[in-house]
Amino acid sequence: MSLSTGQELAPKRYLINRALLKQYADASGDQNPIHQDEAFAKSVGLPDVIAHGMLTMALAGKFLSDLNGSAAVVEFSAKFIKPVVVPAGRDVELIVSGKVGEINEGIAKIEITAMCEDVKVLGVAKGAVRI
Amino acid sequence: MLDPDLIGRTFVGANATSVTQDQINQFAAVIGEENLTVAPPTFSISISLDQSQKLLQDSGLDWSRVVHGEQKFEIKRPIVAGDQLICSSTIESYRVAAGNEIVSVRSDLHAKDELVVSTWSTLVVRA
Repeated sequence: MSLSTGQELAPKRYLINRALLKQYADASGDQNPIHQDEAFAKSVGLPDVIAHGMLTMALAGKFLSDLNGSAAVVEFSAKFIKPVVVPAGRDVELIVSGKVGEINEGIAKIEITAMCEDVKVLGVAKGAVRI
Repeated sequence: MLDPDLIGRTFVGANATSVTQDQINQFAAVIGEENLTVAPPTFSISISLDQSQKLLQDSGLDWSRVVHGEQKFEIKRPIVAGDQLICSSTIESYRVAAGNEIVSVRSDLHAKDELVVSTWSTLVVRA
């Protein structure tokens, strides 16, 4: 695997919809109704159903895994700065891109950007991947 | 409100969680991961969030108002099917800002004596 500091990693596109939220809820065990029930989400002041922050992070994690396999990912962190709102009946696009930071002792730091409809949804998202 | 006596204390789960291939497959399917030999990097959240909630359920935190603020993973080795993981959770920091409680919980998952993954979750209990 060859990566060099400063290298830009091509963006990847992931689609999020209500069916995926249900699938993630079942896979992760996080059945919080704000991720599935529109009436409930609105009752607690949200604009609509929102994606699990951890689903967005799992998709950004796939971006890291694609560099050198899941087994090579040694660190991953992010802040959930904006919700990913998922209206009924359509796909919401998440675009994940990255830039290679410092490489030290076979481990590359990766700065990740995750955008949803031109809004940055993860803050200071960083991974470290064995190369 | 969190019971302040709990800050810095570690709660260790009594039972191990068994990781099945089916759980890994389900999680991988959500994100389109085709390699099923190891769990995806964030898979451990499905164990640690649930376990830490159970371990801290009498902490005074109102889990119904919790939103996830921040998450970090340090992965010593990938989780694989057959792992028996014990969760230990520590409230590392706590503060109140504008009426919101901000709690940082570290959860370590061990397979016997081996540390497999450390996770840090910053949880915000909305006012």
